Amino acid sequence: MKPGKLLPYIALIIGAVVMLFPFIWMLSTSLKAPMDIFNLNIIPESATLANYIEVLQESMFIRWFLNSVIIAVITTVSVIFFDTLVGYIIAKFTFFGRKFLFIVILSTLMVPVEMLIIPWYMMSSELGWTNTYWGILFPGLMTGFGVFLMKQFMEQIPEDLLNAARIDGMNEFSIFFKIAVPQVWPAISALGIFSFLSNWNAFLWPLIVTESSSLRTLPVGLSYFSSGEAESQWHLIMTGATISVIPLILVFILLQRHIIKGIVLTGMK
Amino acid sequence: MGEGYFPSPFFTIRGYIMEQLKSSQDYDREYDKKKEKVKQKAPFFYKLRKTHKYQKYFFIFISLLLPLIFYLGIRVMPTLFTFNMGFREWNLLATGERPFVGLDNFVALFQDEVFLKSLLNTFIYIVIGVAGQLLFGITVALLLHKINRFKGLFRVIYFIPYVTSIVAISWVFQWLFMGNGFINDVLINIGLPPQPFLGSPDQALYVIAAAMIWQSIGFQMVLFLAGLGNIPQMLYEAADIDGASPWQKFWNVTVPLLNPTIVFSAIIGMITFIQVSFTQVINMSSDGSGGPLDSTISVVVYIYQQAFQQYDMGMASAATVILFLFILGLTIFQMKVLTKKFDY
Amino acid sequence: MIKKWQLILLGIMVLFILSACSDEDGGNEAEGSEGSDGDITLEYWQYAFDSKVNLMDELIKEFEEENPGITVEQTTFPYDQYNEQVAAQVPAGNGPDVINLFYGWVPSYVDSGYLQPLPQDTFSHEEIENEFFPLVEATKLDGEYWTIPTAVRTLALFYNKDLFEEAGLDPNAPPETWDELQDYAVKLTKAEDNGRIEQSGLAWEPSQQGHHWLRDGLTYQAGGKVLSDDRKEVVWGEGSAGLEAFKYWLSFPGELGTSEQGFYTDDVTAFMSEKAAMNIDGSFRIGTLQSDAPDLNYAVAPLPAKDEKSTNASFWTNGITSDVEGEKLEAASKFIKFLTSEGVMEKWLDATGELPAKEAVAMQDKYVNHEIYGPFIESLPFANAHFFIDETKERDIVIDAANKVLLEEADPEEAFNEMVDSTQELYDEYWSDK
Repeated sequence: MKPGKLLPYIALIIGAVVMLFPFIWMLSTSLKAPMDIFNLNIIPESATLANYIEVLQESMFIRWFLNSVIIAVITTVSVIFFDTLVGYIIAKFTFFGRKFLFIVILSTLMVPVEMLIIPWYMMSSELGWTNTYWGILFPGLMTGFGVFLMKQFMEQIPEDLLNAARIDGMNEFSIFFKIAVPQVWPAISALGIFSFLSNWNAFLWPLIVTESSSLRTLPVGLSYFSSGEAESQWHLIMTGATISVIPLILVFILLQRHIIKGIVLTGMK
Repeated sequence: MGEGYFPSPFFTIRGYIMEQLKSSQDYDREYDKKKEKVKQKAPFFYKLRKTHKYQKYFFIFISLLLPLIFYLGIRVMPTLFTFNMGFREWNLLATGERPFVGLDNFVALFQDEVFLKSLLNTFIYIVIGVAGQLLFGITVALLLHKINRFKGLFRVIYFIPYVTSIVAISWVFQWLFMGNGFINDVLINIGLPPQPFLGSPDQALYVIAAAMIWQSIGFQMVLFLAGLGNIPQMLYEAADIDGASPWQKFWNVTVPLLNPTIVFSAIIGMITFIQVSFTQVINMSSDGSGGPLDSTISVVVYIYQQAFQQYDMGMASAATVILFLFILGLTIFQMKVLTKKFDY
Repeated sequence: MIKKWQLILLGIMVLFILSACSDEDGGNEAEGSEGSDGDITLEYWQYAFDSKVNLMDELIKEFEEENPGITVEQTTFPYDQYNEQVAAQVPAGNGPDVINLFYGWVPSYVDSGYLQPLPQDTFSHEEIENEFFPLVEATKLDGEYWTIPTAVRTLALFYNKDLFEEAGLDPNAPPETWDELQDYAVKLTKAEDNGRIEQSGLAWEPSQQGHHWLRDGLTYQAGGKVLSDDRKEVVWGEGSAGLEAFKYWLSFPGELGTSEQGFYTDDVTAFMSEKAAMNIDGSFRIGTLQSDAPDLNYAVAPLPAKDEKSTNASFWTNGITSDVEGEKLEAASKFIKFLTSEGVMEKWLDATGELPAKEAVAMQDKYVNHEIYGPFIESLPFANAHFFIDETKERDIVIDAANKVLLEEADPEEAFNEMVDSTQELYDEYWSDK
């Protein structure tokens, strides 16, 4: 290979080491016995799966895991559907209050979640949503993030393409699904990853709104391993964190194909 | 700056882009079809347009109905509720009334040195963090675009930090950066004095910002890969025909066409930093609350402390209003600057 | 294409409907269980700490058997988000009937009207003051006892016997005085040429137990005190004792160079990993050491003293929330009475390592002579529990004062006076509303 072609590889490998190093540290900690985690060796002296067994046996880990999957999947599907639609409408239609609507949706991101928890809880309690799946997931059903992302990408679709379809007699719903959506698959995949991840990792709200341990999501369940005043059980936290990363990496591997696919102008069959 | 240095290739390429777009095969075919149809159905044309208009508004109405209910009910109303509380006195643990106190909370905030410090810190986090994210995100995406082998593997590796639990990884960072940690070992081995890092009011902020960047590169990479995927390959081929250098191609094809992604990344990077600057600071600062000497405290940490440690919802809400205006201002500024620069 | 999307759409709708149904069911169930058969259900909250949660489950069973007609439901939340969880429930009108709080939080809870005083017919002041250690008075406000603990904890000196021997010190003769502690710390410290500490003589973490040690340990030992008897004045700066304690406290990371903040992330980790030879820590740590570092060869001794003996005490304590009334209030009192009974206190010590709050229970021979608990119990009669108005803020003020000296080379006396003044401001603010 020519040195010019080798250069990107070298840069990427150096970067990859920096990116992976803390992660590998975490992984190796999860394989150490509690006493050993304070040794600074990266390779555990005697690797053990005891932590994994403890996490799986002494908690409702499987249940928490399933809860997280259910919640992340439902919210992600909802976010992809609604945010793509709203982003498309804001990008491609002119109607009264369009810009205002966009600013309002975007500005919903500028308030820290910590401050919305009290009103959300008051509302949930009033409507009987506390301690239910619906209560956990309702704030994540749509996000200004997705609307913004999809608007940016939808704007790049040539107007003529849509008009041509209109003259063809396609109705607006088909135009959206058959013409606009295939143009922005990379962005939709990115949105899917983002949404899945943020709901998978959501902590504060799921913690506040649930009481029974069978409704806990993974991050909420794992937070019970670190009990503030007494020492946190780092070996279990690291183990839990490692297990909970795996599905996210799988989702990413599954979706990454779409991210790079790029625009294929085959919208009209 | 691209315009000033390379005017001619830019315009050539730009012209070529337009031509290419117009003559793209699919498009051509549809365009012809459309023309034909218009000719054939000329008498019905007006009717068609009319039904289209109704259909259009019907579509907009139906599509926006649920989202409007959601955003108003779940996001806007609670936000307005919080803003309202900014002008009231409210002890979170008390059940009594919440008297209106005008601007008292805001006056108290601006007299509080810690709050001002947190505002400044948040600004620094945003500037360093967003610049770092964008820079590394674009670089990684471009490098990945260049190579042919192991693409998927590298993508996964760079993405991993983004999906890793912040709490767990913050602890690892503490290990790496502590007095006897790995980073100091490296420094000593190459003959530099050990540094206090998280224990120093001058360095802690930057260590935390670096951890934030480390964690967010992966997502920026995904966004930019999506953005790069949107650039038709033929534009680069066209630029090659024009004899453009790689640098010219970058500035005149990649950057302008990546602009929507850059605008998005910069703004979203900033907005998400509001949340990130909470979790990272709480988990990485030496005392768990923005230390040492408040050198790493961010506005959200301040808000959190006011609300859930002092139970002073009034102050916390007022600080939220200020943070909101602060971020909104920065967003509008960014949108203006970034969109203008490449608005041809 | 369209079919796929319709399917997804359908899926979303089905899920919405499903989840909507499921919460209706949930809601009905919860309501049904409370009102149906005249039973009283008490909601009890404490923070999530395995040994306490498990013990409490057992105790609740026992209590329910003794008191048919009363059911107790235990709910736990992680320590870090405990206050937040409580706070979120108040505006919604929900929450526990009996709540377990850290004593330092009680004043803010009382101040906002969240708690009600313990009913005097069940908990007479006379009885409390006769039976319990005087430190429980830290939650006596406006002439009322608002909460009462099952157990208390004190600070003592943990030391690593192996490292003592390695440094040529007698592992059965721990330091007893201020000077000895300094001396030992220096001998137990190993530093590299570049000044990096390899092994710390004494772990020193102001954000953990360090600030308690300074306030309730060192200050009293030097003959001073932090608060006036009416709890209105911060008298820390009167006389020289306060400053002396402050300077002594700072000498470890300062001129002696035996300690470092954040050494191996925190004091407990450093001590467990044998990187720190001594640590000042509470009795609640014993359980963690047993489970996470079973091979650690350590012992415990009372805090090294100066003119007087003193140590810090702290406790988690039970209170009743303000809108509990009638039969429910009676049941809540009964439950707390049960939690503070002698039998429960003994079980509590065995299960959690926290010391009985009643003098007669704690001072039994089997506990005083206990190898590990002994030194903690021995310290109980002279233990102080500082009356906190705002635990977090007062902690932060101490940490800031230490950092100003250690990191910004401020004059210790100035930093100390500033610390006293800022603390006084907190108290002035608190009392101005009264």
